[in-house]
Amino acid sequence: MHWSLIIYCGVITFLTRFSMIFLLKKDVFNEKTKKILSFVPAAIFPAIIFPPILLDNTGSLDLENNPKILAAMFAIIVGYLSKNIIATIFAGLISYWFLIFVYYQ
Amino acid sequence: MNDKLKTLARGIVDVSPLMIPVFPFGIIYGVIGMELGIGPYMTIGLSIIIFGGASQIVLLQLFSGGASSLVILSSVGAVNSRHLLYGAVLSEYLSTLKLTWKIILSYVLVDQAFAVSNDYFTKNKNKENKHYHLLGAGFTCWTIWQISTILGIILGSVVPEELGLSFTISLTFLALLINDFRKLKNIIVMMVSGIVATIGYNTIPFQAYIIVAALSALLAATLLTLINLKKK
Repeated sequence: MHWSLIIYCGVITFLTRFSMIFLLKKDVFNEKTKKILSFVPAAIFPAIIFPPILLDNTGSLDLENNPKILAAMFAIIVGYLSKNIIATIFAGLISYWFLIFVYYQ
Repeated sequence: MNDKLKTLARGIVDVSPLMIPVFPFGIIYGVIGMELGIGPYMTIGLSIIIFGGASQIVLLQLFSGGASSLVILSSVGAVNSRHLLYGAVLSEYLSTLKLTWKIILSYVLVDQAFAVSNDYFTKNKNKENKHYHLLGAGFTCWTIWQISTILGIILGSVVPEELGLSFTISLTFLALLINDFRKLKNIIVMMVSGIVATIGYNTIPFQAYIIVAALSALLAATLLTLINLKKK
């Protein structure tokens, strides 16, 4: 990786934060647009979450005996019930360790 | 204590509880950076130059998957595009500030700082020097993020790869979505994104599956919003 790529990424990120503060004088988005923009995290994050869980190293679907799927489901249940970010991450990680180090051994 | 310092301190206090999940997230980021082999300087460099946890991890993941620079750059932009909305919301309160202030505050405009300062601004619309709240909240996030990154870098060289800590990337993003689990529309949008990304992972060139999936999911979100408006 080149430092130049990191700097470009930094500039892009800065511009996403700065541009609206710099350009807008007051609120210009209507309610409908705001509603749609509120879905942005739900639209992006699963695209990052799903492939590494469902696909194996060769890129083909791995649905049988896949500890990541079970651990992710457990994390979802804990997240749904607790609404706690840290509890969700640790529930997933600990159940994953249990599956790979104890259950599948 | 004068008014500016009071507001600054208030920002620090308000954002502090939100730092509890940020700290381990920073450590995980540092560990992953070391596990993927980009070295300590680039790992901390990303935290200082980009200063956006989610996008830094996406960058690492795409880089390790061999994505091109253009894909990495556009994915970082896509993940961070939510800040456009934050800026749009806050512009109402910050539009009268000097350019230097706008630049400094933009640099630290992260999710947690936005959340608490937007709340403060809404309640203190006419207060002078209210922007010091965002300064305090933002630089608290910044400091915690840098410290936790460094801790992660130190731990990264001793944590064995068998622990599968790269799985925590998925878990961290999953955890950021916990508030969406209860809404049917959000679940539909998440499923569209996840399924398109999984199918597209092998079929869409240049690792552009994240952007394609995100746009498909936003299209679904648009349709769902429009249907909902018609009903009313």
